[in-house]
Amino acid sequence: MSDVSTSPRWNPVQTLLLVVAVAGAASLAIVAHAKNRLLSGAPIGLWSAVHLSDATLPVVLFGGAGVVLAIVPLLRRPTLYWLAPPAAGGVIAGLSWIAGRCADALAASSPAMARTSLGAGYWIVVVCALLAAADAVSRLRLRALPSLLAGTVALLPLAALIAIGVTDQLSIMREYDGQRDAFLAALLRHIELVAGAVIPAALIGIPLGIAAHRRAHVRRIVFPSLNILQTIPSLAMFGLLLAPLSRLAEAMPALGRIGISGVGPAPAVIALVLYALLPIVRNTAAGLAGVPASVLDAARGMGMSRRQSLWQVEVPLALPLVLAGLRIAVVQAVGLASVAALIGAGGLGAIMFQGLFADALDLVLLGAIPVVLLATVVDGLLKALAAASQPRAA
Amino acid sequence: MITFDGVTKLYGETKAVDALSLAVQPGEMLMLVGASGSGKSTALKLMNRLEDCSLGTIRLDGDDISRMPVDALRRRMGYAIQSVGLFPHWTVARNIGTVPRLLGWPRAKIAERVRELLLLVQLDPDVIGTRFPHQLSGGQQQRVGVARALAADPDVLLMDEPFGALDPITRGVLQRELLRIHRRTGKTIIFVTHDVNEALMLGTRIALLDHGRLVQIGTPLKLLASPANAFVRAFLGGDDYGLKLLTVESVSSRVRAGETAPGAPVVASASLRHALSEMVSRGTDRLAVVDDDGVPLGVVGLAGLVRG
Repeated sequence: MSDVSTSPRWNPVQTLLLVVAVAGAASLAIVAHAKNRLLSGAPIGLWSAVHLSDATLPVVLFGGAGVVLAIVPLLRRPTLYWLAPPAAGGVIAGLSWIAGRCADALAASSPAMARTSLGAGYWIVVVCALLAAADAVSRLRLRALPSLLAGTVALLPLAALIAIGVTDQLSIMREYDGQRDAFLAALLRHIELVAGAVIPAALIGIPLGIAAHRRAHVRRIVFPSLNILQTIPSLAMFGLLLAPLSRLAEAMPALGRIGISGVGPAPAVIALVLYALLPIVRNTAAGLAGVPASVLDAARGMGMSRRQSLWQVEVPLALPLVLAGLRIAVVQAVGLASVAALIGAGGLGAIMFQGLFADALDLVLLGAIPVVLLATVVDGLLKALAAASQPRAA
Repeated sequence: MITFDGVTKLYGETKAVDALSLAVQPGEMLMLVGASGSGKSTALKLMNRLEDCSLGTIRLDGDDISRMPVDALRRRMGYAIQSVGLFPHWTVARNIGTVPRLLGWPRAKIAERVRELLLLVQLDPDVIGTRFPHQLSGGQQQRVGVARALAADPDVLLMDEPFGALDPITRGVLQRELLRIHRRTGKTIIFVTHDVNEALMLGTRIALLDHGRLVQIGTPLKLLASPANAFVRAFLGGDDYGLKLLTVESVSSRVRAGETAPGAPVVASASLRHALSEMVSRGTDRLAVVDDDGVPLGVVGLAGLVRG
């Protein structure tokens, strides 16, 4: 029971998060109310928001969960850190609930064009709560999958509130309401772009990584080329692909008919493949290089052919690193695919840029938040897969 | 039987192995001994073609190995190395079954063979078989390495300083086990070592190499008793030449039949060095001798031990 004897320890990370969250909630707007989506709204602080929301349960949930979240890191039993994700979930849900009821109250007394948007104070509290939960969970030293589940727990209460319509009058949800079909199409397109880039990148990159590992001259060409590709800014890359692809489509109309042209998904997918290659090739080669020489010696000495040695011994031992490379490639592609909207590839980036050009912050968030969630979920899932591919230990 | 006929291995200008000719007798344990850079390890790797001869030929049962399919050749020869090289992602049982699987043995036969081999190297098949290499001690790993080398019942076992990285106690245990396994299986073993005591203890014959050349080959007793030159004597004898001689001769060669002596007997197969040690520690100059089954054979005395 050694963990019980450790005295409560001052945790600088948690303390900083608490201070920032309290300061943010106390001094900045939880929601802001404006006459229409283009004007910046009048800030409404936590105290006014609580009054305006006029309900006890959300305040109790917010306050109670907040106290639990603040106390958890001081507790002596590390197993109680498990309380942090649900507590963070309570804080986020409670505050969202308060904000949602504010928006309901304001909507009842304002014209239809009026908007109640989430304020800086809200976002600071949400981010601090998530970070506090993440910090506590990291101290539990969990495997990848339970960590992902703990993250889900922190967001589940908010999802439930959204589902039952508590937050419907908040501006971000009204934007979603107006864009529902476009949003789902954009989300699907985003996933298509990522999958359409990473799957071919893996099919090219893993064999290329094997070749780079085995042959020095392949290595000497491949790595500098991929390194240079990686340094080209994504916008420039899309631009660079524009000219040759449109000329290609002009020269061969058949290509144009199957969707290959200077703008749209084709150049986007090509650019994303190029970016995804480096992490995949590099990690494949590094994974193979990390196979101990004694193991290779034994494989050869026992009469394995090169192919048998590769597939039975080297690739399985390199697999965790290969999967890590794949994970980096996917997460990177999720982010970069947003930029691809600029050349007409669609995806969540299209919603973001629509918001940016219209100066509608809520629309930007509607595009950006799913991108972050998507990247986080994929990251967690592939981490779990990589952990499962490690040789089992007792 | 393996024969080397004028085998030379060049690395650039350097002759790692220089005009080596020797014949490995079936069933013997031949020790290739020498300092670092003597070419002993290269000579071993020439046999399973991890290296190829620059000149000369090596024959296995009369066939030139350079004309054999290399993977098939290697599967006929067990191979155990100092760093063991167990496959870390496979269980012990799967590791041992590597070559039988490559040869396409049926699953049940492999499982049975793995069990038999784990028992041979004195590991519990039910406990150790399902473990992964990193869960084993160094000594256990090398036992598994030896079992894996023996898995497909190869004609020849090649061992490259297999016990070099083990602590002295574990090494001693494994050396005795290897002797036992050698007696039981009758395999031809070619064993590379730089450790003279290991060579004297294990070898049926010793081939001493220096700068790629064969200096002398023969039984341990022959090399000690009639070294070909000062190098052999210095390399093998060192400071305690006399004690080394006692190491390679067994008590059975000095027994005086028909006599008896008090105290616990020594077995006839023990080394004279062991007998001397017993005499010193018990403060006596006569020991009773029995055979492996405990039947009295006579005595060995200090005078006979010293003068032969």
